[in-house]
Amino acid sequence: MAQKEHDALTGTETTGHEWDGIKELNTPLPRWWVYLLWVTVIWAVVYYVLYPSWPIGLGDYTKGVLGYSSRAELAKELEAVKQSRAGWLQRFEDSTVEEVAGDPDLLNYAMAGGRVIFADNCAPCHGSGGQGAPAYPVLADDDWIWGGTLEDILFTIRYGVRATHDETRLSEMPNFLADEIITAEEAGEVTDYVMSLTGAGVATVAGQTVFMEQCAACHGEDGKGLKELGGPNLADGIWLYGEGRDAVMAQLGNPRHGEMPAWVGRLDDVSIKQVTVYVHSLGGGQ
Amino acid sequence: MSHEKFETNVIILIIGILITISIGGLVQLVPLYTMEQTIEEVDGMRPYSPLELAGRNIYVREGCYTCHSQQVRPFRDEAERYGHYSLAAESMYDHPFQWGSKRTGPDLARVGGKYSNDWHVAHMIDPRSVVPESIMPGYPFLAEKDLGFDDAADHLGTLRVVGVPYTDDQIANAAADLAAQANGEEGDTDALLARYPKAVVGDFDGDPARVTELDAMIAYLQMLGTLVDFTTFKPEMAQR
Repeated sequence: MAQKEHDALTGTETTGHEWDGIKELNTPLPRWWVYLLWVTVIWAVVYYVLYPSWPIGLGDYTKGVLGYSSRAELAKELEAVKQSRAGWLQRFEDSTVEEVAGDPDLLNYAMAGGRVIFADNCAPCHGSGGQGAPAYPVLADDDWIWGGTLEDILFTIRYGVRATHDETRLSEMPNFLADEIITAEEAGEVTDYVMSLTGAGVATVAGQTVFMEQCAACHGEDGKGLKELGGPNLADGIWLYGEGRDAVMAQLGNPRHGEMPAWVGRLDDVSIKQVTVYVHSLGGGQ
Repeated sequence: MSHEKFETNVIILIIGILITISIGGLVQLVPLYTMEQTIEEVDGMRPYSPLELAGRNIYVREGCYTCHSQQVRPFRDEAERYGHYSLAAESMYDHPFQWGSKRTGPDLARVGGKYSNDWHVAHMIDPRSVVPESIMPGYPFLAEKDLGFDDAADHLGTLRVVGVPYTDDQIANAAADLAAQANGEEGDTDALLARYPKAVVGDFDGDPARVTELDAMIAYLQMLGTLVDFTTFKPEMAQR
């Protein structure tokens, strides 16, 4: 390949390779392609200058003249959001939940915010419309275990039920059978009595006696519950851990104690107030 | 050197390829090993307790990472939904990490403490019993299968080989710690908590008589994202 050979037809240089009389053209890369390559090289240099890129020595790197940091950007963005909401947030902080519910502007804001907060944090257990699930109370009816006023709901959301917070709402149905507080026979009788409160089954005097001695302290003498103690209403036909005699009786021998986390510390106070107002509005607020 | 030399000499071509790839690889990888700020200095991080580790192994075994990421990115929408962005320090004891790149389900980096154990049990057995719109498959067999943990110490020892700072004490007591965390009051939970601060202790799956795979899984889920003490974390020291 001493001499460059040019193809007679196109005038393009050949590579000097020849197969059965066919010669390979050494067509140069298109100009635009070569220019683009150089543009990317120059862009890389510009990037080195503007953004964090090169390690320098051990333990440090060039920060770039823009000083870009995705975490700093986020902090700035969140701060800007906070500023833009500052007027609202201050009004929420200065208001009690009753005042929020009474102020049409704040109520409107709380309902929009509360709906989003509810969907992310509450709906997994209580259902997307507050319709509840077995073992998770319905929030859209007027049957409240711990009270359905705004203040009651606020407290429950803040501190949870049987949660790890010191202020948490706490009630614990005893294990009547395992701890031998009542006999199996008495358990059957008192279950019949509880069923009779909703108009099912026949009550016996013996069942009523056991109820008054063992259950009335938390569930009320009329069985309609005591919200201060978290004793659920047994007379309204709404059952947390399942309907029917067997389900009711199961609570005597192996009581279930549902938990709700304390949201204080996880949600800020303004968010808790918003979601309180939202829950209160679902249908059963008192 | 003209192009022709590379194209007509396979040895030179190979050497050229090796040099090019090496430069690319070294420039990307070496800085991460040498920069001291890669992993933030935080309070509260500790290696997984044996029960949490067993749960993590089940998480990997069942392929949870194919639908759930474990990395809250530093964006406003993620910060408002999931909480503080994930730190490198939070996955420094993960081998392999579970950051993931697919979110068919939600991110789980901060799911710890968000739901009760009861909820997790119901959700793992039948997700649609608590989240009607969920498309997650059920994992009811986890509740039925006893957790085999004769090899708890071996798992810790293996991780120590790749750099997780388990102590001899932790390895020697691995099986006892695992049982104590799953059984609650019956085990030596004080020793457990001394070795693994903030470990959540209790019967996780609602079946106190047995230690099942579900116990381990829920113990793992309940600690995710809860270790770092963000009250002492200084974001301005960890700008990236």
